[in-house]
Formats: sequence, structure tokens, C-alpha cells
Amino acid sequence: MAQVQPNPVKPVAGKNPRARMWGEMIQRLWQNKLAVAGGVFILVLIIMAVFADAIAPYNPIKPNYGEVLVPPSADHWFGTDNLGRDIFSRVVYGAQVSLKAGLISVGIALAIGVPIGLFSGYYRGLWDEVLIMRFTDAMLAFPPLVLSLSLAAVLGAGLGNAMIAIGLVFTPNYIRLMRGEVLSKRENDYIEAARSSGLKDRRIMLFHILPNSMAPILVQATLNVAGAIIAEASLSYLGLGTQPPTPSWGSMLSAAQGYLAEAPWFAIFPGLFIFLAVMGINIFGDGIRDMLDPKLK
Amino acid sequence: MVFLLKRLGLMAIVLFLVTVIVFALVQLLPGDPALVKLGKMATPEALAALREKMGLNDPLYVQYIRWLGGVLHGDLGYSIQDHSSVMAILLNKIPVTLQLTVMSFMISLIISVPVGVLSATRKGTIWDYLGTIFAMSGVSLPSFWLGILLIYVFAIFLGWLPPSGYVPPGENMVRSILLMLLPSITLGTRLSAELTRMIRSSLLEVMESDYIRTGYAKGLLERSVVYGHAFKNAIIPVITVSGLQLTTFFGGAVIAETIFAVPGVGRLIIESILSRDYPVVQGAVLFMAFAVVMTNFIIDIVYSVLDPRIKLTGGGSK
Repeated sequence: MAQVQPNPVKPVAGKNPRARMWGEMIQRLWQNKLAVAGGVFILVLIIMAVFADAIAPYNPIKPNYGEVLVPPSADHWFGTDNLGRDIFSRVVYGAQVSLKAGLISVGIALAIGVPIGLFSGYYRGLWDEVLIMRFTDAMLAFPPLVLSLSLAAVLGAGLGNAMIAIGLVFTPNYIRLMRGEVLSKRENDYIEAARSSGLKDRRIMLFHILPNSMAPILVQATLNVAGAIIAEASLSYLGLGTQPPTPSWGSMLSAAQGYLAEAPWFAIFPGLFIFLAVMGINIFGDGIRDMLDPKLK
Repeated sequence: MVFLLKRLGLMAIVLFLVTVIVFALVQLLPGDPALVKLGKMATPEALAALREKMGLNDPLYVQYIRWLGGVLHGDLGYSIQDHSSVMAILLNKIPVTLQLTVMSFMISLIISVPVGVLSATRKGTIWDYLGTIFAMSGVSLPSFWLGILLIYVFAIFLGWLPPSGYVPPGENMVRSILLMLLPSITLGTRLSAELTRMIRSSLLEVMESDYIRTGYAKGLLERSVVYGHAFKNAIIPVITVSGLQLTTFFGGAVIAETIFAVPGVGRLIIESILSRDYPVVQGAVLFMAFAVVMTNFIIDIVYSVLDPRIKLTGGGSK
């Protein structure tokens, strides 16, 4: 997807082949200007989330009924909401919720999906073909948002449960991806060599197959962080994610919808940050994919 | 034939597992259906009697078999809220979601085909960059934000279109289309971005083929080469992507129908979840999953007809 064609990568000096390979990959990523732009925005997002206390000029939760629906100004860069709270401050704190949701949801999906995919692909058999694969097929038959909504309803509204729900919905993708990787790797000569040298299955899986299968998993995980941010915002917008008064971009949009005519800024800024965060992560993810395997372009 | 039978067998297993997941989900939902039905003032005796009557004291597998038997006979149970048949409610809502889905799909084709073709045939020009920016933004745009912005611009600021509501096409076709326009754009934008990406890359690949060069060499017009030859072959992977997007479409329908107050299956799901009307949640989620499985099956068959090589390999899904 990345549109900037990288220049031929100059070989990086150094004796260690692994360090040289990483050096070349980072150089390739650096030459992809779009990916760098995406990376910069992710950095801005992380800074916003980590230093929210220092960056936000106002308390994001405490209402200020004297300044309800004030348009953007020098005092309130993004204006104020229906309870007089500074929207810029709420957007800054909202970055914490979105990043946390993105990273933890994908972490849950990785923690469940990768081991199942690894075992399933390595040992194969009827339980893999009939049970695991068909179960993932069945999970993938549900629209992701509908399944996350149903799971969030089972677990109860709230950010923690929304993250679990989103993580569970993403899990089948990692099972399938990891299993596919294992199937393509397990017949390779180096695995055969490891097996004939008497290494146990567990060691082969953990130290030979897993590290060599991480590239596509990493790309998928990066892109899924963006998906998880949208999913959390969607659940919060529908009332099953982050609960008020905690600032979340999705729940801010939900509240803003009732004031569109008189205070459009209330809806514009939280949505704009969801859009920029998701786009930044998407183009950075594309850049990582090109960095790890330029043939995929 | 073997391909078809294998596909049918796999579909049957998946559908069975879908019913297990839907049943399990609803069993796990908090709250006692008998209590929801009778209200908080119900006596313990009345609750116990209703639980017995509803079969809630039976083992789970018995409840599942009974429920599955009902599903196979078209009986999805009754709404706790208004006591009407879930099947009747769904049959009332499905045409609305179908109209939204069809209109969204048409809008995404109307946008993506010219933009994708222009991007591919004018590679490296400003048109290509604009097409790419559109595709990149479209996949990152949260649909609920897009919907809200569309309401602000076209309904509030310009006053060109109604902000929300629904009228069946049979009642007033023009008004129905006008009311569905903003929800359809909200739902169709993401697919049009995905399709633009897909059409561009697929067309670029096909344009490198010998038969395209031959077409140009024998003096055919560009339009005839692109639309008459290249596009026909480039469209095959696009069909697959469109089919796979149905799951995203249904998810998006929940959002679009909620923003624009469209009374379809998506809005029904969120309303029933919030009001704890579990039989309706169960029926609506089951309908969506069934629709996705059936569509994927049809796409598989269409794909194998369009590209006969699929049959030789037995076709994916390992």
C-alpha cells in the first residue's frame, strides 16, 4: 500500500549478519516517508497519553457549567462540551483510553491465538482440522462488531470488558495466521535438522518455528491495534465500552451527536483524533510490512 | 462435484458451530429471563413456575437441542419486550437492512470502479495519488464519525437531505432513497476504499499481461482494452473481497442504523442488547452469521465458476 518507492537499500556495515539485516530493514523503513509520518503520529499519540497530566490544561472530568458549549478559542482550543469541560483536555486523556484499548486487546488476541495456532499447526490431526479450524471459521462468520457487542454485553459494559471482548474477536485471525506460518515452516530443512538432532517438540516450536513466524504476526498486530481503537470507540459510542465520565473518543462522539447544530466542534475533534490515530497506525503497519518483506509491495 | 460436496460439508459444520456459539453467548448473558419477563415484583413461586415452564431448569444440552429444533423449524422464540415472534420481527427488519446493504454496495461500486481504474491507468499521476489518499483515508475513517459529519454538512448546514428516519420504498420510493442516502454513504465508504485499493492493484497486475499489450498493439482504444479485457479479469479478486466484506457491512449496519435511526437488524441488535431482550439478540445475531456463511459459500462457488483453476486445487480453507 505504501506509495513511496524506497531507494535501493545500501548494505549496512558490520560483521554480525543479524545486526546487518535489522540495520537494512530499519533503513528501508526510514526511506518510506509515509511510514515515517505514521510513526511520528504514533509517537505524538504516545506522548499525549503518557504526559496527559502535563499537556491537558484543564481537568477532563470536572464539569464547568459556566462555560457550556463554548466555541474553540485561545482558552479552549477545541471548545467545550455540554458540561463545560475542555474538549482538548478530554481528547488528550482520551488518547490514554484508545492506546490502552488498542494494545491490550491485541495483546489478549496474541496471547490466546498464537499458542493455539502454534500447537494446532505443529501437531495437526483431526482436532485441528475439524475442531480448531472450523471453530475459527464459525467465529469469523460473525461480524466483528456484532460479536464484540454481544461479548461486551455478556461481560458487562466498561473499558476492561470491552478490551477482553475485542481481544477475543481478534483471536481467530491469529490462530489462522500462526497455524499457516507453522504449516509452511514445519517441513523446512532447518526444522527437519532440529528434529533429527533430537530436539524436543517444545523447543522446536518455541525457538525455531515461533521466531521465524513473527514477521506476519507483527504486521497483523500493528494493523489490529488500529482496528481495536476503532472497535473500542464504536463500543463506547454505542454505550458498551468506556463509561462516562472517563474521557473516551467514542463516548465523546456519542454525547456530541445531540449538539451537532449548535456545537459542531464537539463532534469534530474526537473523531478527527480517532481518524488520525487509525490512519497513522495503518500506514506505519504497511511500512513495517514493506520493511519485513519488500516483495509484498 | 467433489468441490461442491466438500464445501457443503464444511458449511454444515460451521453452521452447527455458529448455533453453538450463539446459544452459549445468550446463556452467558447476565440476568434471569424469567425475572426479565415477570419483573422485579414477581414472587419466588411465580419465578420458579415460569422457569420450569420455559425449560430453564433442564440441562444445557437439552435446552440447546430444543432451541436448535425450533430454529430448524423457523421458530426463534418470542421477544421478552413485546412478546411477538422473533422471526416475525426479523422478517420485518431484514428488508430494511437489505435495502441499506444494497444501496451501500452500489455506492461503493460507483465510487471505487472509476477511482480504481483511473488510479491504475494513470499510475504515478495526481489522479493516482488522489485515489490512493482516498483509499487510505476511507479505511481509517470511523463510520460513526463520518455519519455524524454527513448529518452536519448535508442535513444541518446545507439542508439538502433529511438527517434520519426511514420510509419503505413501497410507500414513497424517492423519500426512501433520500433517507437512505447518508446511511448508505456512511456504510459504503469503507468498502469503496477497500475496493479502490483492490481494483487498482489487481488492474495494474493484469495490465502487465501479454494479451493487454497485444490489444494495444493491434490498435484497440484504451477504453476497450481496459473495460473490455483487463477489467473483466481484474474483477475476480474484487468479488472475493466484496463477499468477505459482508461481515464488516453487517457490523457497520449496527452503527449506521443507530446514527440515522434506521429500523433494521443492526439497530435491533443494539436495542435488544440494551433492553436485555435475549431471544431477539439470539435470533438477530444468528441471522447475521447465517447470512455471512451462506454468502461466503456462494462466493466460493461463483469464484470457482469464474476461475476454474480453483476446482483443481480444491480451494483454500485448510
